[in-house]
Amino acid sequence: MLVKLSVNGEKHEANVEPRLLLVHMIREVLRLTGTHIGCDTTHCGACTILVDGQPVKSCTMFAVQAQGKQLMTVEGLEQNGKLHPLQEGFMAEHGLQCGYCTPGMLMTSYAFLKKHPKPSEDDIRWAISGNLCRCTGYVNIVKAVQHAAAAISQGGA
Amino acid sequence: MALRTSPEVGGMGHSIKRKEDPRFIRGKGTYVDDVQLPGMLYLDIVRSPHAHAKIVKIDAAKAMAVPGVLAVITGQDLAKYNLHWMPTLMSDTQMVLPVEKVMYQAQEVAAVLATSRYAAADGAAAVEVQYDPLPVVVDPKKALEPGAPVLRTDKKDKKDNHIWHWEWGDKGATDRAFGEAAVTVKEDIYLPRIHVASIETCGCVAHFDRVNDKLTVWMTTQAPHAIRTVFALVAGHVGLAEHKIRIISPDIGGGFGGKVPVYPGYVIAVAASVLTGKPVKWIEDRMENLQADSFARDYHITAELAAKKDGTLTALRIKTLADHGYTDAAANPSKFPAGLFHVCTGSYDLKAAHVEVDGAYTNKPPGGIAYRCSFRVTEAVHTIERMVDLMAHQLNIDPADFRMKNFVKPEQFPYKSALGWEYDSGNYGGALKKAMDTIGYADLRREQAEKRKRGQLMGIGISSFTEIVGAGPSKHFDILGLKMFDSCEIRVHPTGKAIARFGTKSQGQGHETTYAQILAEELGIPAQDIQVEEGDTDTAPYGLGTYASRSTPVAGAAAAVAARKVRDKARKIAAYLLEVAEDDLVWEPGKFSVKGAPSKSKTIQDIAFAAYTNHPQGMEAGLEAVSYYDPPNLTYPFGSYICVVDIDSGTGEVKVRRFVAIDDCGNIINPMIVQGQVHGGLTMGLAPALYEEISYDEIGNVRGGSFIDYLVPTAVETPKWETGHTVTPSPHHPLGAKGVGESATVGAPAAIANAVVDALWYLGVRHIDIPITPAKVWKLLREKGVTE
Amino acid sequence: MIPAAFEYHTPSTIGEATALLAKLGDDAKVLSGGQSLIPLMKLRLASPAHLVDINGIPGLSGIREADGFLRIGALTRESELEESEVVRSRYPLLHDTSKVIADPLVRNLATVGGNLAHGDPANDHPATMLALGAEIVAVGPKGERRVPIASFFTGPFATSLRPDEILVEIRIPSPPARSGGAYLKLERKVGDFATAAVAAQVTIGANGACEHVGIGLTNVGLTPIKATKAEAALKGKAPDEAAIKRAAELAAEASEPSADLRGSVEYKKDLVRVLTARALRKAVERAGSRR
Ligand SMILES: Cc1cc2nc3c(=O)[nH]c(=O)nc-3n(C[C@H](O)[C@H](O)[C@H](O)COP(=O)(O)OP(=O)(O)OC[C@H]3O[C@@H](n4cnc5c(N)ncnc54)[C@H](O)[C@@H]3O)c2cc1C
Ligand code: FES
Ligand code: FES
Repeated sequence: MLVKLSVNGEKHEANVEPRLLLVHMIREVLRLTGTHIGCDTTHCGACTILVDGQPVKSCTMFAVQAQGKQLMTVEGLEQNGKLHPLQEGFMAEHGLQCGYCTPGMLMTSYAFLKKHPKPSEDDIRWAISGNLCRCTGYVNIVKAVQHAAAAISQGGA
Repeated sequence: MALRTSPEVGGMGHSIKRKEDPRFIRGKGTYVDDVQLPGMLYLDIVRSPHAHAKIVKIDAAKAMAVPGVLAVITGQDLAKYNLHWMPTLMSDTQMVLPVEKVMYQAQEVAAVLATSRYAAADGAAAVEVQYDPLPVVVDPKKALEPGAPVLRTDKKDKKDNHIWHWEWGDKGATDRAFGEAAVTVKEDIYLPRIHVASIETCGCVAHFDRVNDKLTVWMTTQAPHAIRTVFALVAGHVGLAEHKIRIISPDIGGGFGGKVPVYPGYVIAVAASVLTGKPVKWIEDRMENLQADSFARDYHITAELAAKKDGTLTALRIKTLADHGYTDAAANPSKFPAGLFHVCTGSYDLKAAHVEVDGAYTNKPPGGIAYRCSFRVTEAVHTIERMVDLMAHQLNIDPADFRMKNFVKPEQFPYKSALGWEYDSGNYGGALKKAMDTIGYADLRREQAEKRKRGQLMGIGISSFTEIVGAGPSKHFDILGLKMFDSCEIRVHPTGKAIARFGTKSQGQGHETTYAQILAEELGIPAQDIQVEEGDTDTAPYGLGTYASRSTPVAGAAAAVAARKVRDKARKIAAYLLEVAEDDLVWEPGKFSVKGAPSKSKTIQDIAFAAYTNHPQGMEAGLEAVSYYDPPNLTYPFGSYICVVDIDSGTGEVKVRRFVAIDDCGNIINPMIVQGQVHGGLTMGLAPALYEEISYDEIGNVRGGSFIDYLVPTAVETPKWETGHTVTPSPHHPLGAKGVGESATVGAPAAIANAVVDALWYLGVRHIDIPITPAKVWKLLREKGVTE
Repeated sequence: MIPAAFEYHTPSTIGEATALLAKLGDDAKVLSGGQSLIPLMKLRLASPAHLVDINGIPGLSGIREADGFLRIGALTRESELEESEVVRSRYPLLHDTSKVIADPLVRNLATVGGNLAHGDPANDHPATMLALGAEIVAVGPKGERRVPIASFFTGPFATSLRPDEILVEIRIPSPPARSGGAYLKLERKVGDFATAAVAAQVTIGANGACEHVGIGLTNVGLTPIKATKAEAALKGKAPDEAAIKRAAELAAEASEPSADLRGSVEYKKDLVRVLTARALRKAVERAGSRR
């Protein structure tokens, strides 16, 4: 089946089996390997991307369902050589260790901050509760999101 | 520790930003599954639904009919090359693919090779296997009973399921001390099977290049060099010589011990690539990861502790039954089948101790690897910290006072423990005092007393652990004969920049940053100017890898020693350039200057340039060095954790309200990274304390084998950790550092368990095994007549 | 974990969709949010030969109050429910529920219709809808019909929807003044299904007695359970501690849980008792503040 979609503002099309999972289309057909896979049961969120602005688990969607949609992956965060404040925040606050969960965390937080520019710590913890991290204990991920929220409110993005 | 370098240089003590982050935050890391080679084939594995069964027949016909499927590989196929069994790290044997029978649920039975991931999965679903079920042995106690079915029928003379007996310590002295003791306590403690569950699972891409006869394997391994040697030893007879094997451990999405072993999937992928001459990718999924990869713990412990009337501890006696699954594939130093479990006297000045451990075979997957822990230290710490708490409560002494009284005192270091370890340094009372002050211990005890009057359940738990890391001195530590040194090779380029390569492999710990900082500290070359590489056996010096918190104690020390060798040569060059004697030079990070004439100096960059352009006659050009560091001793990080829990008497839920962690890992290389390691470690301490467990039903069906029931905590369950530290340097480590990656995982579960028991002690509760689930707490409460 | 192959259909009208379903029969499954179906397909516990994706059919999503009902389109995502002002202010029970279903990412795709149509006793909306006395609107080739929620769940993973019917809307009677509700769920961690959960909805009459009581139970039986005896015991009575306790005990008696990794039968039954009492107290409190 022919699927046409846009990823990070670029148009793509590919002929795929209907059963192709969206995450495999992104990683293996489009070769955007920043989006990861960490489970089979829709629990880890390593595969989180935005579909029409909403963060979703791309391992639990078929590529054909993304027909005509606007997708955004971690590779789309940096704009014109400028890192997104979340990316800066994750580096500044040591919000990542092995980096495997990081793209998913970034995408979830990106959508979250758009809706909740001034979140509390608890808001952030609930917002990222569909994304597992085994390395950081979440403390610094929360700080990284706060860091980004502050930067954005000061006109950082 | 005072800072010796500027922030620009970024030596020890600076929280510089991590050098690995720019690629990760852009999604530009390279993990194994990101490797995609032209013509690559995919492997999927057929697994057993039975825990113990004869394989009657494997019918591949339907699978072979699936478009894209190229081969179905079975144990019979591997047997032709004598590759159906492989040795384990503990000199036992493990099946790659079975020929006769399967020994646990989810064991590999056959592998399907196909042109795509999807075709391989379809093929695996189409393989038909006929089994003849055999009696299943799940409980290790029953496994050792007379008449139990003997599992390892492959071993000719094996008549039972007993693997080994190991004991340590002075039995006579210990028994005498118990005979004389005024008070003793005894408890059965079970530390269940758990799984590291790094968010990246295991996998590899094996590529055998038929033109050059060279095998390259990108794989999720914490110990690439040792793996290369193991491959050469196991497959030497089919022509894989060590110089023709290259292991590349790319970015690793968390290891924690789970990426030390050689899993059958790797071996099958390698065999498939050698046979086809094509690259072969094998990536396990999460359920395979949880159900078949090596487990941690599974220790059935009976512990006894003895004390005098005044509360002075005297002796510890432990008997343990270790469930190893169907083979002993533990990842331990060869000499110690129970790892470093005999550090179980912990932070306490005990005069006598004796430990016995027996290993048993059961119908479960093999393992006995770490869960972010140095060879069974969590088992040791959990036992002693639970027992000390039990004794304190028994004697009605506050558990903090009780610990203070019995700690090894600062002036006793170096301290020889009753079980023979020589603790390098410590100030246990200092750490506990700081934790108590931070959390407001006395106020909490008052609050607890008031709450109790109102029937509210609140508990305060302490864990004052001592870790043992940095394996290890070659006298005692080897794996399959390979001594447990580690290595660093430094090359300083003419322009004063450098590359350094190590025998270890980071899985998120930030080696690219911390190693650069050690070198910056020792050489004064800015950390930004030093490229750190690990994980490619063709380029890095040999080392035993990263696990058991050994990177800083061993490879970090190698970095310091290699840097000092570089500095020694640099001193000679500087003396030559400045036309003074070597003894007339003083070093400060980054330059040599002439004693009494500080304006006459040469920077390390000047010297590096000279090393290639203007070096003294008779000296070899270049500025490089390598060190294979054999640590003189282990290091003993420690800490004190205090945890406050509230318990819902209606539902049995335990809520960690506060958790203060004071760690002491000696001198700190990067405070930001150390704190991050503690946060992560604490969360992996919380997880088994309250959530995670892999168990089996009577017929060996695995429970908790997916993220549906294997409960990795999210940000919501995880408390807001409060961390701090004290600094007691290691006297024998070149940098005074000790290693920190695992302390928190080791120390935290006991603090949580102690807090829960503390809340319920007055009701008559003495012990609860982890994970402390709401259902378990509810049951205890109702038994004690508490209800909502 | 790779799903088996299937054919994918994207009807653009309900008529087209139901015709397809009628034609394909048992081989076909409706695809809404996919958050239950796709995980099952990945594990190959479900391998439908055809998927009929109804997301392209206009008009199946949205939340509005009309004709004395809260009308929720079947394709309304859980996250929309969570963010809806009318739900937050007038249907606290629904709002509570929407926050504890799965996790925030799953909720961006999971639909309210799918949550009910799946017939999973572990799902949270069934109990909520039982407590609220909702009505299901289903459309088949022969037209539309309404099913009271109390007769919707017919067995484990079974509903009274026919294979060629599509659930298009859920209608919840708008609560009168002095109504309140609450959903209390004990889960082992975020993203887990309930060990047990209780939905409670009450309306307090002018005399201070309960005029209406709805109690639904999650994951403590083969189907979602409406605790009718508990409801009846409280109805007409003042919601004092004794009455609430009595209702809670009756709710526990109505539950038929089985033992699993989440806990024993006794534990779950007792949880129902504890959570029912707490949910009722909270519902009553909310009813008091809502005049
Ligand atoms: C990790 C995880 C955790 C979860 N935790 C919870 C939880 O705690 N509580 C909870 O309630 N749910 C939970 N869920 C389930 C989630 O809410 C589901 O998405 C929901 O139950 C089904 O909605 P859906 O739109 O995704 O349906 P789908 O997956 O698309 O469909 C589910 C079933 O219903 C049928 N169906 C769907 N829509 C219709 C329709 N309109 N008409 C007729 N048939 C239809 C489908 O054919 C299919 O058989 C969880 C899911 C995941 C992945
Ligand atoms: S891969 Fe784990 S949720 Fe998608
Ligand atoms: S940084 Fe390793 S999983 Fe989050």
